[in-house]
Amino acid sequence: MSNSSAKPTKEKAQDSRNFLQRIFVRRGTSQTILLPLLAVFTALVLGGLIIAFTNTDTLAAWGHFFQNPWGALKSTGLVIYKAYAAMFEGAFGNPKDFFQQLGIWIKTGDDKLLLSAIRPIGDSLVFSVPYMLAGLGVAVGFQCNMFNIGAEGQLYIGALASAYVGYAVHGLPWYIHAPLAILAGAIAAGIWGFIPGILKARFGAHEVINTIMMNYIAYRLMDYLLNGPMKSGYVPASPQVLPTAMLATIFPSPVRIHWGFFIALGLAVVVYWLLWKTPFGMELRMVGTNDRAARYAGISVKKTMVVAFVISAALCGLAGSIHLLGVDHRMMPSFSPGYGFDAIALALLGNSHPVGVVLASLLFAFLHSGAPRMQVMAGTPVEIIRIIQGLVIVFVAAPEIIRGLYHLRSTRSGKKSAEPSVSKS
Amino acid sequence: MPPILELRGISKNFPGVLANDHIDLTLNEGEILAILGENGAGKTTLMNILYGLYSPDAGEIFIRGSKVNIRNPRDAIRLGIGMVHQHFMLIPVFTVTENVMLGVESTKAGGILDRKAVSKQIHEISSRFGLQVDPEARVEDLSVGVQQRVEIIKVLYRQADILVFDEPTAVLTPQEAEEFFKVVHSLVKQGKSVIFISHKLKEVLEISDRITVLRNGKVVGTTTPAQSTEASLANMMVGREVILTVDKKPAKPGEVVLDVVSLQVMDDRHLMAVKDVSLQVRAGEILGIAGVQGNGQKELVEALTGLRSFDTGKVELLGEDISGASPRKIREAGSAHVPEDRQRDGLVLPFPIKDNLVLNTYYETPFTRGLNLNDGEIEKAAQKRVKEYDIRTPSIFLPAATLSGGNQQKVIVAREFSRPIKLLIASQPTRGLDVGSIEYIHGQIVKKRDEGCAVLLVSPELDEIMSLSDRIAVMFDGRILAILPAGEATREGLGLLMAGITQTAQPEAAH
Amino acid sequence: MSQAVSINNIAQSGIRRRLTVGIFLLVEAAVLLLLLIGTSGMVSTFVLASQRAGVDIPAPDLVIPSFATILVVSILIGLAGVWQIIKGFKKYTNTVLITCISLGILLFLIWATRGKSFNMTGMLVSSVISATPIALAALSGIYSERSGVVNIGIEGMMLFGSFVSVVVTSTTHHSLILGFVTGILAGVLLGALHALLTIRYRVNQIISGTGIIILALGITNYFYRAFLNPIPSLNNSSPILASLPIPLLWRIPVLGPILFNQSPVIYIMFFLILFTHFFYNYTKWGLRIRSVGENPKAADTLGINVFTMRYISVLVSGAIAGFAGAYMSIGQIGFFQESMSAGKGFLGLAAMIFGNWNPGGALLGSIIFGFFDSWQNKLSILQVGIPSEFLAMAPYIATMIVLAGFIGRSRMPAADGTPYKKGEA
Repeated sequence: MSNSSAKPTKEKAQDSRNFLQRIFVRRGTSQTILLPLLAVFTALVLGGLIIAFTNTDTLAAWGHFFQNPWGALKSTGLVIYKAYAAMFEGAFGNPKDFFQQLGIWIKTGDDKLLLSAIRPIGDSLVFSVPYMLAGLGVAVGFQCNMFNIGAEGQLYIGALASAYVGYAVHGLPWYIHAPLAILAGAIAAGIWGFIPGILKARFGAHEVINTIMMNYIAYRLMDYLLNGPMKSGYVPASPQVLPTAMLATIFPSPVRIHWGFFIALGLAVVVYWLLWKTPFGMELRMVGTNDRAARYAGISVKKTMVVAFVISAALCGLAGSIHLLGVDHRMMPSFSPGYGFDAIALALLGNSHPVGVVLASLLFAFLHSGAPRMQVMAGTPVEIIRIIQGLVIVFVAAPEIIRGLYHLRSTRSGKKSAEPSVSKS
Repeated sequence: MPPILELRGISKNFPGVLANDHIDLTLNEGEILAILGENGAGKTTLMNILYGLYSPDAGEIFIRGSKVNIRNPRDAIRLGIGMVHQHFMLIPVFTVTENVMLGVESTKAGGILDRKAVSKQIHEISSRFGLQVDPEARVEDLSVGVQQRVEIIKVLYRQADILVFDEPTAVLTPQEAEEFFKVVHSLVKQGKSVIFISHKLKEVLEISDRITVLRNGKVVGTTTPAQSTEASLANMMVGREVILTVDKKPAKPGEVVLDVVSLQVMDDRHLMAVKDVSLQVRAGEILGIAGVQGNGQKELVEALTGLRSFDTGKVELLGEDISGASPRKIREAGSAHVPEDRQRDGLVLPFPIKDNLVLNTYYETPFTRGLNLNDGEIEKAAQKRVKEYDIRTPSIFLPAATLSGGNQQKVIVAREFSRPIKLLIASQPTRGLDVGSIEYIHGQIVKKRDEGCAVLLVSPELDEIMSLSDRIAVMFDGRILAILPAGEATREGLGLLMAGITQTAQPEAAH
Repeated sequence: MSQAVSINNIAQSGIRRRLTVGIFLLVEAAVLLLLLIGTSGMVSTFVLASQRAGVDIPAPDLVIPSFATILVVSILIGLAGVWQIIKGFKKYTNTVLITCISLGILLFLIWATRGKSFNMTGMLVSSVISATPIALAALSGIYSERSGVVNIGIEGMMLFGSFVSVVVTSTTHHSLILGFVTGILAGVLLGALHALLTIRYRVNQIISGTGIIILALGITNYFYRAFLNPIPSLNNSSPILASLPIPLLWRIPVLGPILFNQSPVIYIMFFLILFTHFFYNYTKWGLRIRSVGENPKAADTLGINVFTMRYISVLVSGAIAGFAGAYMSIGQIGFFQESMSAGKGFLGLAAMIFGNWNPGGALLGSIIFGFFDSWQNKLSILQVGIPSEFLAMAPYIATMIVLAGFIGRSRMPAADGTPYKKGEA
């Protein structure tokens, strides 16, 4: 799943193979971007159709199709438009509104309404943070051919640890307290991921089931802590973290963008650097691609697998930590609407590459952000998002479907060598 | 009476390889026909066509004089053709009975398996043909020789009249091979016709009625044991065509670089694959190990490169004991390896060529500085190597999978040769390559030798061994039968040794 | 030279495993000895009598001296551990392991019941009830994996079955039969998707399974919010399936209420267990499917259609999963809740591995998991002093231990998980 950044040299093509290789490169890269885009687009279209055909008005209109065919189509189109327009507004805000407020601010310096106009897109960016971090975590796992389905549980553990350090440790200045809280989250989640990792490396126990089990254990642990030792007040929730542990917002309220956003972007860069610019990253990717050659090159496959898993878990834990320290400021059972599972779809969509993950997480954040408004304005339940995500997974995992739909020709998959795969004898 | 089987003009092309080239073959009823040839001669392909696993590009098949169309194994089975593959097609966890009846199960009402009936029939076949087997035994618990009997019973159960055996004694001990020949005689006595693919000369002479020799996809000739000797057959198999002679100066061997003492190595099945091998390779010489694949060479090389552990024996590199050391440590001690399976062990195909060119040195300076990979250095080194070794690619950033086989091998060679090495172990370095690449790789190996490196060359290709080696060792059944200077070795002599026949005494492989 | 030989799937040095199991047993014994605290002089009473349908089924109480029993059994387990380290039980290791773990659980119960009484029969009855969806999920897994296709999407198929059956039953004059049938068909539908993706498009089987879970979650939650919430009549499939006492047998003390007075679905489950065992070991099609899962190439050379066998198996797998889901909704509570499958699908997979891909073993595993599942309630009645959330973790921890301990010796179908390419031999 590595990204082959192609830089064709100026050497003259010496035989037909070189020419074909260049074609592959060009088409390969363009298809790397095109396929996921088409996958998302197709998923949105199907989602739209589901929205339309679960809308009572549209259904009624189609009941009268033969009397008024145009009306049925119009109703369908209208419903879809209304829903997605509402989603757009929920994710980005109202452009008209924005420019209006911008004008007011320029004239009068009053920024309050401008900020309100920016809030939706701000929220989208805020919600992209847990997606991004969890997506990076899962992507690191994928690069090493490990399926970290435990992102959700690791997320919770990270958030719990950070919340605890956030409210229980007093008297520290912000430049120690906040990093400490973040670090606590990463370490706690890392340990949480170490267990399935070592079980896989030493016993060969499949990490899929083990991480899922760890998820459930994490949920129960959270139940216990929030109803017991960490409880504050009458509802199951932790005390609020101290201001010194919080991640500050950048703009005045109600815009919620906080420094965690940049931390997340920074970590995306770090992950990129780790995977492609360090020897360890090379080993990790080697183990994930061809563990026999890796072993042959002298790499300790087991060790690499465990470390990769711990890193993956730590990143997912950070998704929980940073979101908690930057937005919620306290731990509640309803903390995550499934960031961990979405992260799996994210990582697939982003082809397990940090750039892809960042873009995919922005997309998912927009969907997630826009959905409540869609529910309010158009009556479409927010769960349509999950359906769209599921469809995205299906389309990304089986690109032949998309290729078939849009009549794209398949690239010469570089994985096939020109050699005969059968021996002559 | 027409022959029971006739193949006319069978041709089969794979990308880049003409496996079968207008092959004509006849099998008479009740006879044992041997198809003889070296690795890569096209024998298995031909039989797979007969069994319906491949379809021929040209040619026709006639059974008892009528033309037939064999599209899949079911057709072949229906026509009475049964094949015992070189790699058994058995289900380890099933019993003998279950394996035999799979696909043609006897059932009682409602699809319930009638194991007893099949068991009974197995007993009948067993006694009729002398194939002792316990129908209730699980296949995975059986020895290889008995597993083969199961495969034969499978074929007889389906009432095959034409039985094809692909290298049947390749995996048998000499005693098991004896049993096998008894069975074949019994089969023929009861009216079956047998085709028997092999490269083992002595067996072929002993058991067959007629012998057809293949070489490079073509039929070289058909003869009978009465008209042949091992020498004449070896001649036909290996041929007198022009071999690519490598221009090389005489060797100037120096100190002992690789010292292997009484090495014993087990294979994956916990059987002894390397049975007490000792050898030495000196600086500036090429020691070639000739031998048919499957006589322990793979395990020997794996032991020498740290991929396989062993309990008995010692391996020293320039005096340093590397027995059981990790691959990385052995490499750092100055050893280089060109692996047998370049795509599986030597390269990470989806990775860019530049990464593959530093696959085992990326962690050393200057490719790594501190925590970082130094991309600049890697690219520089990659460009250099691409140029030096003439690797044809428009870009070093493309995945290694886009390279041709020859160029992939060049990547591995470039990588291994780009640092000072004292020992080079090359396993089948030119497998599947075109003539030009072969020439190039050979040249590189000789160059290394002239620079003072010790070279251990392992190859089933006799031509290659003979043209490159200064000394030649022949490996058979896990042992080194002989080591001779290249000047003293003849093709025929080596061929005999490779088949386990020594001049002086009969080896325990009593044929 | 790869001949048909015995291959242990996980490279596990025998000595290491022997030591690990032995140490585990010793640790278990040590922990169990801790239970001696507070038990001297106490007696644990296990009430075996029960009452079903207003009829008393008397049975003598089982009165156990707490201290002595715990002491003796713990020492026995410790001795087993010593033996395992020194000599090892070899073939019987798994049996010994299961026995010791079971004994450990019993000892824990004895400790928890010290000085009090505890209705063991009631516990076992609810264990079987809890175990049923898990056992059905395990069967679903067996059908799929025996043919070589890993199916982790069972959870999603169950959920979908739960949902569809409720809606259909609610809207068709409460016809439970129709509900079950459509629930099964719903499972088949998702099974077909999984089959298509993994067999035809050769998508990674884990990814396909994950995608299906996400899709199922999305679809069920979406339609729940869109239709079931606003229209409660769509989500009311009462009456639920009543227990069906088997005449005469249900009055047997202890065993009667557990085995012979349960929902018809539970009887079907037992039947399916027997049938599956019979099918795979005694019928022609069972043999062929198993061959496809073990060595598809060999099966191919004998003229067996690998793809057809796999398609059918996965569809059946989906059907059983759908049936399990329908049981959970219309068979047990009468309505649909979001995410109501609650991990039973995964527990089923663990039970399948526990049972070495055999239905009998899977049933045993399911009952153990069902036991853990239901002990959460019963034990809190006993006021054990351990927070209920930790008790709730038990099934998951047990699963992980089982997977780690058993993988080394279990034999999954050799070709499980790898897509089949009809290539040249």
